[in-house]
Formats: sequence, structure tokens, C-alpha cells
Amino acid sequence: MEALTNWFTYVKDNFEFILEDTLDHAQMVLIVIALATVWSVLLGVLIHSRPIARSIVLSITGLFLTIPSLALFALFIPLVGVGNPPAMLAMFLYAQLPILRNMVTGLDAVSPAVVESAKGMGLNSRQQLFKVRLPLAYPIVMTGIRVSTLLTTGIAAIAILVGGDGLGSFLQAGLTRLGLPNSENSVWVGVVFTVLLGLVLDLVLATFQRLTTARGLRI
Amino acid sequence: MSEHSTEPTTMIHLDKVGKVYPGSKIPAVEELTLDVPRGEILVLVGPSGCGKSTTLRLINRMIEPSSGRIMLDGKDVTKVNPDHLRRQIGYVIQQIGLFPHQTISQNIATVPKMLGWDKQRIHERTESLLATVGLDPDQYRDRYPKELSGGQAQRVGVARALGADPDIMLMDEPFGAIDPITRDRLQNEFLRLQAELHKTIVFVTHDIDEAIKMGDRIAILGERSKIMQVDTPERILAYPVDDFVNDFIGTGSTIKGLNFLDVRSLKLTEYPTMVVGDSVESAEAKLREASSEWLVLLDEQRRPLRWLKTEDLRSGSGRYDDKGGEVVEVLHQDDSLFQALEHMVQNVSGSSVVVDANGAFQGVVQMAALSSAIRKAQREAQRHYEEMEDLA
Repeated sequence: MEALTNWFTYVKDNFEFILEDTLDHAQMVLIVIALATVWSVLLGVLIHSRPIARSIVLSITGLFLTIPSLALFALFIPLVGVGNPPAMLAMFLYAQLPILRNMVTGLDAVSPAVVESAKGMGLNSRQQLFKVRLPLAYPIVMTGIRVSTLLTTGIAAIAILVGGDGLGSFLQAGLTRLGLPNSENSVWVGVVFTVLLGLVLDLVLATFQRLTTARGLRI
Repeated sequence: MSEHSTEPTTMIHLDKVGKVYPGSKIPAVEELTLDVPRGEILVLVGPSGCGKSTTLRLINRMIEPSSGRIMLDGKDVTKVNPDHLRRQIGYVIQQIGLFPHQTISQNIATVPKMLGWDKQRIHERTESLLATVGLDPDQYRDRYPKELSGGQAQRVGVARALGADPDIMLMDEPFGAIDPITRDRLQNEFLRLQAELHKTIVFVTHDIDEAIKMGDRIAILGERSKIMQVDTPERILAYPVDDFVNDFIGTGSTIKGLNFLDVRSLKLTEYPTMVVGDSVESAEAKLREASSEWLVLLDEQRRPLRWLKTEDLRSGSGRYDDKGGEVVEVLHQDDSLFQALEHMVQNVSGSSVVVDANGAFQGVVQMAALSSAIRKAQREAQRHYEEMEDLA
């Protein structure tokens, strides 16, 4: 109980820094997710009906997930230097797979009869994509975006190791002086606020998804 | 048939249209030539895999023909922009394919919207189309497809295909996935609708009974969409040109053919009758004279009441309520011979009674008359084909 009060005191005392790091953390995640979404949706449309390209691209993006995140972060330092850029590049690579895979799955899930009838009524390929296939794939893509958001929120905590910002600073500060006063409090701030940020972002996206999904598609 | 067009014009003309898929030597559709007059329902029917759907999809170029020409309303559309072409043609498929993310109104408005109609006109059109297909606009316009039953969804499918009032409708087994009772109702409603709209329709089915019911003409297709016989349902039933057609239309085709002949076309058989109150002796005399087993008892307005036999006459005391057999149902001049057959089976005498518009007795139809009517229809159909051969 005392530890908890102690922790709250620590949070209160350092709230300004925590808030700043949380916002930095969120900013990194949101930029990465925005870019990954645009990229994955475009790539998904492109590879969806090309079986060979599709399996190659999905395998490669899947491969990224198997590379340990710390290594992936460090790999980009020679290319883009230290700081946020290598971290965000790595997060981007991780964020791709869930969105891309759900994009492809979402397009697959569009009933062939619906596309057939759209084509039969004279919608050209662009109209079929924007008026029928994308709106129908949307809820599934949105789910992918939410998964990627949670994934990158967690991974962004490592950014500090390559000189980036974010809540990782509290983890690092705590872990490097473990045993000293407030070190555990610092680690817990890193963990708790990362999780909280993930939950808040997911809640925001879930609400957005709910509001923007056509009533006919809601489950 | 269209009543308002003065002369029948060809609305759809396929000129040696063929389809060969890349990498396949055998054509899916082999040089098909086919005419559909304006306002006609032509049914393409054939065993599965014969290419009837492919043929249908060649008309709106959902499948691009590899050879031949497609003429719609006198215009060659083989090379025009296929999307623009399809906006002029209604298309209904078995799986319907309503857009699940759009309301019923939005679905129906799809083509009008693409054609740039103004909002007011689109609104009026969707409302009237919903009413046309028997869905109350107040109740259905804002619903989503998942909130509809199969039958309702296909009504919307038809309404959507009619959206921009196309002259031509292509329908690929539109009622195939609907339960038999609803299907029957939708077929009837659609025929009623067609009687007002006079669209030119090509309708695909694998069900010969549906073909007979829906078609002004039927094209029976064999492998690679080769036309085995194309004619009115009554002529196909009366005179299947070969074994393939005969097998396809199946047993009972002669009886189905009775649907297309009506009582008016028959000479009614004279039949002994007695009016309530007539003497037993005069009735017996009539029976002897006609050497008939039964007579028909009529009321004062000459409406048929009962079938009576000689012994029924003797045993009664002027009352015959429980004698002989009731006249179960009566035929009118415009009833079909199929109904006549049904009544024959139901009536104790094996004949069916024909009445005029006032319900007064006119005569009876007997089995011999049916079989001679059928033979006459068969002879006429055969003569028709012989004449066609002579011309060729």
C-alpha cells in the first residue's frame, strides 16, 4: 500500500515529464500508423488480385515481425542516424503486416456476387473499388489498424535505446539504476503509461470505427 | 409481347457470337446467332455447364466475346465502353449481390446516380420502384440488405435492375435460390410487371418448368450453347425436335402443353341434362338417346348441380341432393385444358363441365376431346417445322 502511495507521489511530482513523454510516444505511434495505413492500403489494393506478388509481399512483411525489435531499431542507425527516425522506421515495418494482411483479407471477404452486380450495373473498376470493395473491407482494415496501434505502442518504448523519445525513457532510467531510490517507480511509470496509452488509443479507434461503419455492416 | 410497338423489331441480335477462353481449344460458346424481339422474354434453358450463363453474360459483355457481333436496338455495341453499355441494361443474378453497406433506397439508386439524375428524380424513382416490386417504401427504404428475407432481397434486386428504366433486362436464375412458394409468387408478380413494362428480357434457368412459365419463347441449349430448339413453350412441348430436347423437357411434357390450350379452342361435347323438376321419364329418354351413363342436373338458371345416373333418377322422389356426385368445379371459356384435365379427375363422371359467364351450363369436356386437342397441337407444330424446313 505504501509502495502504491509512493508511486502516486512519484507520478504527481514528475507529471509534467510523464505527460511530455506520453505525448511524444503517442505522436510517434500516430505518425507511424498513419503512414503505415496509407502505404498498406495502397499496397493491399495493388497486390490483392496478383497471387504471386501477394504471397511474396505478405511473406516479406511477415518476416519483419520475426526480427528482434532491438536489432531492427539499431539496423537503421547507419541509414537515418540516431533519434526518432530509426525507431519510427522500424515501427513502420512492424505496423505494416496487420494492416496489410487485414486489407487483403477484407478485400477477399467482399462477396463475389456483390462485385459481380456492381460490375453488371456499370460501375467501372475505380468505382467498384471506392464505392464497394473498400467500404466493405473497411471494418476489417480498421481492426488491423487497431492491432498495429497496440503493437507499435509497445515497441515504441524501445526507441529510447536508439536515441528516440517516448515513455521508454522512464524504463531506461529505472532499469539502469535499479535498486536506487525511485528506480522501480520509474520503471512502473514506463509500463503503466505505455499500457494506458495503448488502451486509450484503441478506445479512440474503436469509437471512430463504430461511428464510421455503415449500419448495414455492423455486427 | 409488346402492344404499343406497331411492328415487332429485334431488340437483341447476336450475330455468330463466340467465346473461347485463352488456353482452351474448345469454345465455351460456339458461334451463337439469336434474335430477341422487343418486349419479349426469351428463356435460355439447358443442362448445367451448357454455357447459358456465359451466353447471357456475353450480351452485357461481362464476358468479352472472342468473335461475332452484338447488336442492341440496331446499334453495334461490340466495341463500345462496356461500363456505359451495362448502365443501359438491367442485370439480376441469383445471389442478388445487394450492397450490404447501403440502404435499400441507395441500392436502387445506384445506376440513376451514376447517370447523374438529380436528387428529386432519384427519390421519386426509388419510391415508385419499391412500390412496383411490392415493398412499402415507408417500411423498407431505409433498411439494410441484411434486414431482408431472400424473397424481399430479390424484389430489391429486380427494382435495382429497373433503376434507370433500361429497355433490356438480363436475369441469371433470379429466383433460383428462393423457396418454391415465394418463387412462384415472385414469378407471377414479375409476369404481371412485365405485362406493364414490356421490357426485352433474356432469362436464364435450368428449370424447364420455370422456362415454360416465364418464356414467350424458350431456347433449349445443348453443349457449348448450341441452340437445339428455340420456339414458343407450347410448340416445344407439342413438338420437341429431337431426343435431346425431348429428354430435357422430360416426362409429362404433353400434359404441361395442356396449359397453353384453352377451353375455347375445343368443340364442346353435347351432354344430356335435366333441370330440377323435369320428369324422370324425359331424363331417362335423354340418357338413352345419348347412350350416356351420366347426365347433369341443372337448377332453374341452368347452373350445373350434380352428376346423376339412371338408377339415381329412379330411386329419387324428385330430390337428388344425396344422389350421384356433386359437380365439383366448373370451367370457363378461358380456362386451360390443364384445368379441364384436373376437373375430369375430380368429377365422378370423368368429364368436366363448362359454363358461360353467367354460370349456365354450356357443355362438357371429355378425355377424347383433350387427346384430340393435343394431337391437333402436335400436328400444327410439326407442320410449322416442316414449312420452316421447306423454306430453308
